[in-house]
Amino acid sequence: MLTDYESQALLLSLKVSSVAVLCSLPIGLGVAWVLSRCQFWGKSVLDSLVHLPLVLPPVVTGYLLLLSLSPQSALGAWLEQYLGLSFAFSWRGAALAAAVVAFPLLVRSLRLAFDNVDPKLEQAARTLGAGPIRVFFTISLPLIYPGLLAGLVLAFARSLGEFGATITFVANIPNETQTLPLAMFSFIETPGQEFAAARLCVIAVVLALMALLGSEWLSRKNQTKREGER
Amino acid sequence: MSELANLVLACDKRLGDCQLSLNISLPLQGVVGIFGLSGSGKTSLINLIAGLIKPDAGRIAFQQQCFVDCQLKRWLAPEQRRIGYVFQDARLFPHYTVRGNLLYGHQTRADTAEKLARIVGLLGIESLLERHPNGLSGGERQRVAIGRALLSGPQLLLMDEPLASLDEPRKQELMPYLKALSSEFNLPIILVSHSLNEVLQLVDHLVLMDAGKIVQHGPLEQVWNSPAMQPWLGVTEQSVLLTAKVAEVTDDHGMLPLALANKADEGGKPLCLWSSCHREKGKGQVLQAGHGVRLKIRAADVAISRVQPEQTSMRNILPVTLVGMTELADQQIEWLMAVGEQFIKARITAWAQQEMQFKAGESAYALIKGINVLGVSKKS
Repeated sequence: MLTDYESQALLLSLKVSSVAVLCSLPIGLGVAWVLSRCQFWGKSVLDSLVHLPLVLPPVVTGYLLLLSLSPQSALGAWLEQYLGLSFAFSWRGAALAAAVVAFPLLVRSLRLAFDNVDPKLEQAARTLGAGPIRVFFTISLPLIYPGLLAGLVLAFARSLGEFGATITFVANIPNETQTLPLAMFSFIETPGQEFAAARLCVIAVVLALMALLGSEWLSRKNQTKREGER
Repeated sequence: MSELANLVLACDKRLGDCQLSLNISLPLQGVVGIFGLSGSGKTSLINLIAGLIKPDAGRIAFQQQCFVDCQLKRWLAPEQRRIGYVFQDARLFPHYTVRGNLLYGHQTRADTAEKLARIVGLLGIESLLERHPNGLSGGERQRVAIGRALLSGPQLLLMDEPLASLDEPRKQELMPYLKALSSEFNLPIILVSHSLNEVLQLVDHLVLMDAGKIVQHGPLEQVWNSPAMQPWLGVTEQSVLLTAKVAEVTDDHGMLPLALANKADEGGKPLCLWSSCHREKGKGQVLQAGHGVRLKIRAADVAISRVQPEQTSMRNILPVTLVGMTELADQQIEWLMAVGEQFIKARITAWAQQEMQFKAGESAYALIKGINVLGVSKKS
């Protein structure tokens, strides 16, 4: 049904997006919790910094990533030397670019969800002998489940669609950094490949729809579970 | 002041416009009531005890444990204080079943089933265990919240107006459970309330708060009869509380004899009041000889006579000594009278006073028209 080229791009897209979303989730949870629950000096700076990729042109984001993480840069060299981690021209770079660009969407959803959790419930849990960590995992986290789900889907979709930052940061290498949008861009640029581009377009639409429907189904299942026997 | 078996609060806290400054050592036996207007700092006081807010200065200690000491920079987190807290709004966890809520704070696994069964039985929530909090009524929620706090094995239970958010029938439904708690679990309770009725029915020791300060505290009878309490009672509700014990029923008129608790009477014949009330209010428990009870007598229901009235329909006539007179508005005069070690108030008109010329120190008789039997006190 799919050509090798298409399934390569599709699987790469799924891999890049999943890794991007899963790796940024713990950090996103932490940042969202801090933004929702803590008052500190410089909070608005952190807030702006988190939201920056949302308003910056993706090309600028990709360029900044390239400047700071290429093997020639100090940070990039350090990462490669001590952690053996290289982003240049690899799918890891594509995942990083996707994660950075999708991060504000994830944090926004999670923060709104944390804002909606009544701190009084967390207080009540504390009086019942639960420490802050147990409170987070047994009260706050389960209660933000719908927001968490929405944030994950949004971030995943944004990662799937990531183009500008990726192509700037890690170029367009088939089977390494060439995700669905990049593959589609290559087809469109090549004369006579309009049909192949259209096929990729359909795949992208189906993928996006599946993600949306899946999250809708999960959140409905959660809702019926919570309202239980009413 | 001994710091054993009590709660020491010596701290300050600024909350918006209200400056809370406390310096009190509370005995922790039975139910301690915190009473005052909204905004007088009642809830802040118990939040300080629970550790939900930190004082600006001072210290809080429970028995020998230091909860917080600003000078020594000590702070015990709320989860380490073992203090149960029943909030005004129940605060059940919506994503747990009733059973899950109840067991949330229950740490030891050994006697879970037994303890759960006992508390669930006492609170009458057996049928709710598998349901979610969303589908419960206000009274049911509050009972689950009480059970949840009890199952966390607290050494002290705080209750923030547990009845305030409920309508009248639900209040009546919950009241008996609250009454049973302290004695059933031998657990000290601090109850915040702004309802005189709740205070009268539940409390043993009363703390009166106004504008962030403790105005008066002591046994309920003492605080109730003190001048500090009067502004809350209003003119028609001016009353005193007395403690008495149900005596042996000797006649068959269906009346219950209530012997006033006076140390001086030990051995001798006690002063007795008669009531037709055989049941404790709210709980429906039949009063029996030996039960300690609390009586409320309104000043408006008491008259004074210089001679012992004979040939009268009144059954409750006590010999008293007049102690002091207060002039009230509207040509009314209130006499405070001693009955052994306890006190009664009588409200008479200025006209009657002018004619009778009652004087302090004089012996007289108090004619009592109505007695309100409020509840079994634990001091019997």
